[in-house]
Amino acid sequence: MRGAVYKIFKYTLFDLLRSRWLGSYAILVGLMTAGLLYLGDDPTQAAVSVLNLVILVVPLVSLVLGLMYHYANRDFALLVLTQPVPRGSVYWGQLLGLGLSLTGAYLSGVAVPFAAYGALGMGEVDWPTVGMLLFVGAMVTLVFSSLALFVGVSNDERVRALGIAIAVWFVLTFVYDSLLLAFIILAQAYPIDRWVIGISMLNPVDLARVLVLLHLDTAALMGYTGALFRKFLGTGLGTATAVLALVLWTVVPAVLAGRVFARKDF
Amino acid sequence: MWSSLSAAFPRGLLVALVLALAPAGAKTLTVCPSCPVRTLKEAFALAEDGDTVVVDGGHYAEGNLVLDKSIVLLGKNLPVLDGEGKYEILTVKADGVQIRGFEFRGSGVNFIKDQAAVKMVDAEHCVIENNRFVNNFFAIYLEKSRHCMIRNNRIVSNAENENYSGNGIHLWNSFDVDIVGNYVARHRDGIYLEFVRDSRIVNNVSEDHVRYGLHFMFSEDNLFRGNVFRRSGAGVAVMYSKRTRMEENRFEYNWGGASYGLLLKDINDSDIRRNVFFKNTVGIYADGSNRTSVYANDFVQNGYAMRIFANSMGMIFMYNNFLGNTFDVATNSTESYNSYLKNYWDKYEGYDLDKNGIGDVPYRPVSLFSLVVENYPQALVLLHSPLVQFMDRAERIFPVFSPKAIEDDQPFMFRILWSEWKNLPSDTER
Amino acid sequence: MVRVEELTKRYGALEALKGVTAEFPAGKVTAVVGPNASGKSTLMKSILGLVVPDGGRVYVLGEPALKNPRVRAKIGYMPQDPRFPENVTVREVIRWIEELRGRPKQDLDELLAYFGLGPHLEQPTRVLSGGTRQKLSAVLAFLFDPEVLILDEPTAGLDPLASSRFKDRVAAERDRGKTVILTSHVMSELEELADRLVFLLEGEVVFAGDLEELRAKTGEERLERAVASLMEAS
Repeated sequence: MRGAVYKIFKYTLFDLLRSRWLGSYAILVGLMTAGLLYLGDDPTQAAVSVLNLVILVVPLVSLVLGLMYHYANRDFALLVLTQPVPRGSVYWGQLLGLGLSLTGAYLSGVAVPFAAYGALGMGEVDWPTVGMLLFVGAMVTLVFSSLALFVGVSNDERVRALGIAIAVWFVLTFVYDSLLLAFIILAQAYPIDRWVIGISMLNPVDLARVLVLLHLDTAALMGYTGALFRKFLGTGLGTATAVLALVLWTVVPAVLAGRVFARKDF
Repeated sequence: MWSSLSAAFPRGLLVALVLALAPAGAKTLTVCPSCPVRTLKEAFALAEDGDTVVVDGGHYAEGNLVLDKSIVLLGKNLPVLDGEGKYEILTVKADGVQIRGFEFRGSGVNFIKDQAAVKMVDAEHCVIENNRFVNNFFAIYLEKSRHCMIRNNRIVSNAENENYSGNGIHLWNSFDVDIVGNYVARHRDGIYLEFVRDSRIVNNVSEDHVRYGLHFMFSEDNLFRGNVFRRSGAGVAVMYSKRTRMEENRFEYNWGGASYGLLLKDINDSDIRRNVFFKNTVGIYADGSNRTSVYANDFVQNGYAMRIFANSMGMIFMYNNFLGNTFDVATNSTESYNSYLKNYWDKYEGYDLDKNGIGDVPYRPVSLFSLVVENYPQALVLLHSPLVQFMDRAERIFPVFSPKAIEDDQPFMFRILWSEWKNLPSDTER
Repeated sequence: MVRVEELTKRYGALEALKGVTAEFPAGKVTAVVGPNASGKSTLMKSILGLVVPDGGRVYVLGEPALKNPRVRAKIGYMPQDPRFPENVTVREVIRWIEELRGRPKQDLDELLAYFGLGPHLEQPTRVLSGGTRQKLSAVLAFLFDPEVLILDEPTAGLDPLASSRFKDRVAAERDRGKTVILTSHVMSELEELADRLVFLLEGEVVFAGDLEELRAKTGEERLERAVASLMEAS
């Protein structure tokens, strides 16, 4: 079974590596990062801008490319599923192939310009922060690749799936934060710090953002406003909890999609 | 002869004369572990006004030494004066005393009196130069003193909280003091001035203090220039003071829950120019500060570049650069009686059709989100959220909430290279 | 031999299989026939494991086949419209399937030559015509010499020459004792190839038996007419 996962993963990766859009994605991320880095005069600011990329572009691209991949490869899945290979292997192999190739595209798109920036002596690169950006972006990519597969596997109609995916993206990036803000404003009279932290942990996009913010030393800024923020988010425990929550976010949709896949009729 | 002079002249003038005449009649006493004179106490007893006491090496723990003669104390081979964590090491009650080349170690913590390594009491024309101060409660303490010079000392303690620590350089009720080129670290306040006037704090580095790098209380007409204030609760706190000139300093990495680059509390008629504020939680925090000009400073990557409370009035902010700050200006009111003019704001997105380098539409530096955070602190968790960016951008295009009173109607299009200006235009405009 | 028992499958309101029991003996070509949405595809996909039936049993060579991926090692399958990963060459697709199934049991070069696929070996599959894809699908189905062949509209898109070569090959495999399950819209093709016929209508088996039986039952000599009369009767 494990061998089969690896084989399917390998084929998926092989196919994706040759596809135009994966390369285009890597180049797009690379150009954006390079632009932010070389046009601005400060790598820390560039890191904040890359964070915006991670929050807005990476989820959307991962969802859309994930869906495109899913529908383009349904026929391949069909071919493989008629071979003596367990369904689970086909699913996990494809998910890994998709998730890791998207992650690789993102990582190279961000890391290469920063590395070049450092190597060319254009300025100091704050590698711990860039490292956190890379980690968080990779996790967000994985979260949204598995969400994409979940939506794809659950919907045979691709236009409908695309609509659902965009709705998911919109809810997680805008609607969720709007509701959180409304909650903060309406419940101001109550001690809500704990709730605010809890609620932001439930959204992978917020999690990613908060993790990078903590690393960009904005923890101090948060501490300026609330002791609990500083105590919780400013500590290793806060970071560890956020990382764990993000990992859960990658695993849960993946497992759910896997269960749908196992029962799906092709 | 001396006694008749001393009767005829005021004391200050006498000291001046003594200094001028010293080489002629003065003698030099040497103290060292193997010399006939082995303690400073002995030397002080033997010395007369105008003499020089040379201390050559050695370690001297003599409790509290009191010097009431006008002598020059010269350390050779870095002799150590040790307070053993119990005593005030050296109390000077004479004018014209000079102290050079010593290491002062371990003045004792005392909750009743401020025990220092070197305390000047009612002294004039003192010089404290090229000494080292290690792990003292207070290091240099001037009480009712004037015309003094504190130069090139290295003052390092190990303060961890406010209660068990004293200040590096502490001036009380003094005037005309120069504090130049010192390195001060890890005290409660690096340099503390209370009821001090006409003094200058120049080219010092003051960092890692429990409280403030430099602290003014009830002081007037002082200048600090060319210093670096780093990693303290506040780089500099100016409180209840008037006419303070703050020029060409760097305030950096004052970064923590309640940290400030420059904290202003009830000050008047002051001048802040050509400073750099880099990576502070708050660059300038102004509470009840009036008629103060803020010209040609750089605010770079601070959490808040400035928090200006509405009780601050008549402040002018001009030719400053705001670069990469999370919030440029925050305030607690929609009212403002300050003026913002001709600054460069990196978040400005206006245009310059007539190409005169000045944006054609005003910039409102108080963002919608900073208003939200001011009222709902937990909302800070949404920092950099796409929602917040969208909100801020929309507000910038159609301002509704952001206070009209805080508006730069001539924002620069490009970073202001004030460091290349010989004279600030504001020097003549004023 | 393949056997299905009491297979049921429901898609929402639609009952695709209503307890289908049928046998596909070895050494025979069994055609599965029926109008659109009669349950043909569902039946074949249930045998392959592509569709998960709600109830019933499937045996391939006597071995229970539901949720048993290993039996697919004994099945060769040609889907109606075969597609392959776009950025991969024909040779690579074949190598991948070899990796998944193990050593080929028939001569690859001979098969490639037989279906005239040789010139396309190094092409990425996205440039292949429908017919060429069908040929690749055929090569993959025969390559491992499976005991069971499930062929869904296999000649659609094949040119007449390829089509006839394909049919010869199927007949030969049958004669070697293979179980062949076939669907086609071309009645003449069925007439040529099929020994037996399973007729499905609205998810139920209306007729299952040898072609001779069907002809005897309906009194029609030509298969097309015989099938038509079956439909009229039910």
